[in-house]
Amino acid sequence: MPEDPDPDRLLVCWPCVGDEDALADLMGKYRAAMLSIALSYIPSLAMAGEVVQDVWRELLRGFEAFEGCSSLRTWLFRILINRAISAGTRQRRSVPVGDMRPVVDASRFDAAGSWNAQPEPWAGLAEGRTTAAKMAARIAAAIDELPLQQKEVVTLRNLQCLTSGEAFAVLGISAANQLVLLHRGRSKLRQVIAREFGSAR
Amino acid sequence: MTRPGRGLVCQQAVELVTDYLEGALPRAQRRRFEAHLAGCPDCPEYFAQIGAVIALAESITPDDLTPLMRREFISLYRRWRAGQADEDHA
Repeated sequence: MPEDPDPDRLLVCWPCVGDEDALADLMGKYRAAMLSIALSYIPSLAMAGEVVQDVWRELLRGFEAFEGCSSLRTWLFRILINRAISAGTRQRRSVPVGDMRPVVDASRFDAAGSWNAQPEPWAGLAEGRTTAAKMAARIAAAIDELPLQQKEVVTLRNLQCLTSGEAFAVLGISAANQLVLLHRGRSKLRQVIAREFGSAR
Repeated sequence: MTRPGRGLVCQQAVELVTDYLEGALPRAQRRRFEAHLAGCPDCPEYFAQIGAVIALAESITPDDLTPLMRREFISLYRRWRAGQADEDHA
């Protein structure tokens, strides 16, 4: 995939620029991902919100320590997870990532490994504006229901700004295992949307 | 359905979608994947569905900051800036 220019340069440049609105926009973008991850560990929305806010406060206190966007993002999510674990009742559970069950049920394929019947088509339908908004809301809910590690990888990937190396620093999950988790997570999201479109699988 | 490509079948192709999209397939396997996709009547729809799911997931807009949170962030920032200025003058 082509590498986007870093969308978060602003976050690092901003202390010099002093653009408060831009800062608030960026915080909004990260806040949703941070809150979603914090809620995996902390069952209370209010407490998760407080943990996220604390991480921001700490970020502002130690701003000079960051050498660039990469170290800042890594720090942000690593501290968040540590704090959320301390504050929450749920411990980080290591789920085996090497789950090799197929993402599409074997019954959908014939003996030669070809589809028995074409997947019911809906990809084109998901592009309509109204439908997309509805489906995005459904996806957001489905992401929340993913197993913790899949949810973390999918959420961080959705921010489109964490490299797999940064995600490794945050989650301690190797690039290869991130791929497995991403694959399984996205496949489940596909099943959810397929059901929404009335397709059986 | 036919078995396009050299040996890669649909059941294998669906398991390679993420590695392909993330640029993690070795070149030879990437070619086999693309050859399968080009010749298969069924997998392009599956591939498009995964693409649609990714686009939908990336389009999730964060809950907008409430005006209160926005003010709180900005006030945090101003206090931090003020602290910086004090240190500079010290």
